[in-house]
Amino acid sequence: MNPDFSGPDGWVDLASAVFMVVGALMSLAAAIGLLRFPDLMSRMHAATKPQVLGLFLLLAAIGLQLWTWWVWPVLLVAWIFQLLTVPVSAHMVGRAGYRTKHLHRELLSADELEAVVQKAAAEAARKDSSDDGGTR
Amino acid sequence: MDAVLAVTAVIFSLAAAGAIIRIARGPSLLDRVLAADVLLAILGGALCIDMAVNRHLNNLMLVVAISIIGFIGSVTVARFVADRRVDPNES
Repeated sequence: MNPDFSGPDGWVDLASAVFMVVGALMSLAAAIGLLRFPDLMSRMHAATKPQVLGLFLLLAAIGLQLWTWWVWPVLLVAWIFQLLTVPVSAHMVGRAGYRTKHLHRELLSADELEAVVQKAAAEAARKDSSDDGGTR
Repeated sequence: MDAVLAVTAVIFSLAAAGAIIRIARGPSLLDRVLAADVLLAILGGALCIDMAVNRHLNNLMLVVAISIIGFIGSVTVARFVADRRVDPNES
């Protein structure tokens, strides 16, 4: 990169370089979090960094480097679909992790799912007992 | 831009190595799925860096497709794990 800050090109290059390095550091932060954090829930917390903010920074770097207006809607579509789909997979993985007891319960500060699980289990048990009573 | 490319290549290599270590070592299946998701995000980021540095758009549709359908794998595996519960009535 040429350090020519007389025109706007040098500043655009500098901004996109900063975006790219920071976006890459998000991936590194996610990898370090995956390696260092103790259980599935905290690893999920680390894993969302490159998926949302990292992708946003890198797409902004593409938009700045290409400098044509018609690229921005495509980049926006990519980022919006990422925003829509990442919570779906995070929800499913977190739910399955809760169900299969892949969590350190002493590390949780709030457990709002436990009451729902207890209620569903109680309803299922009541239905089972009434079914048994009906067949006998 | 060459310096940026070198720096980001090193960072992405370290990040991918960390994700692969977690895939190999992860104690549960869900940890591996999560690490595979992160590895996919790292791959998409590397494609974005390549496009931005070399100023082309060859990979843009691939990045959009990854962002649209990239979640299907982890959702499928999560359902698979959830369906192997001991008590299926546990909803």
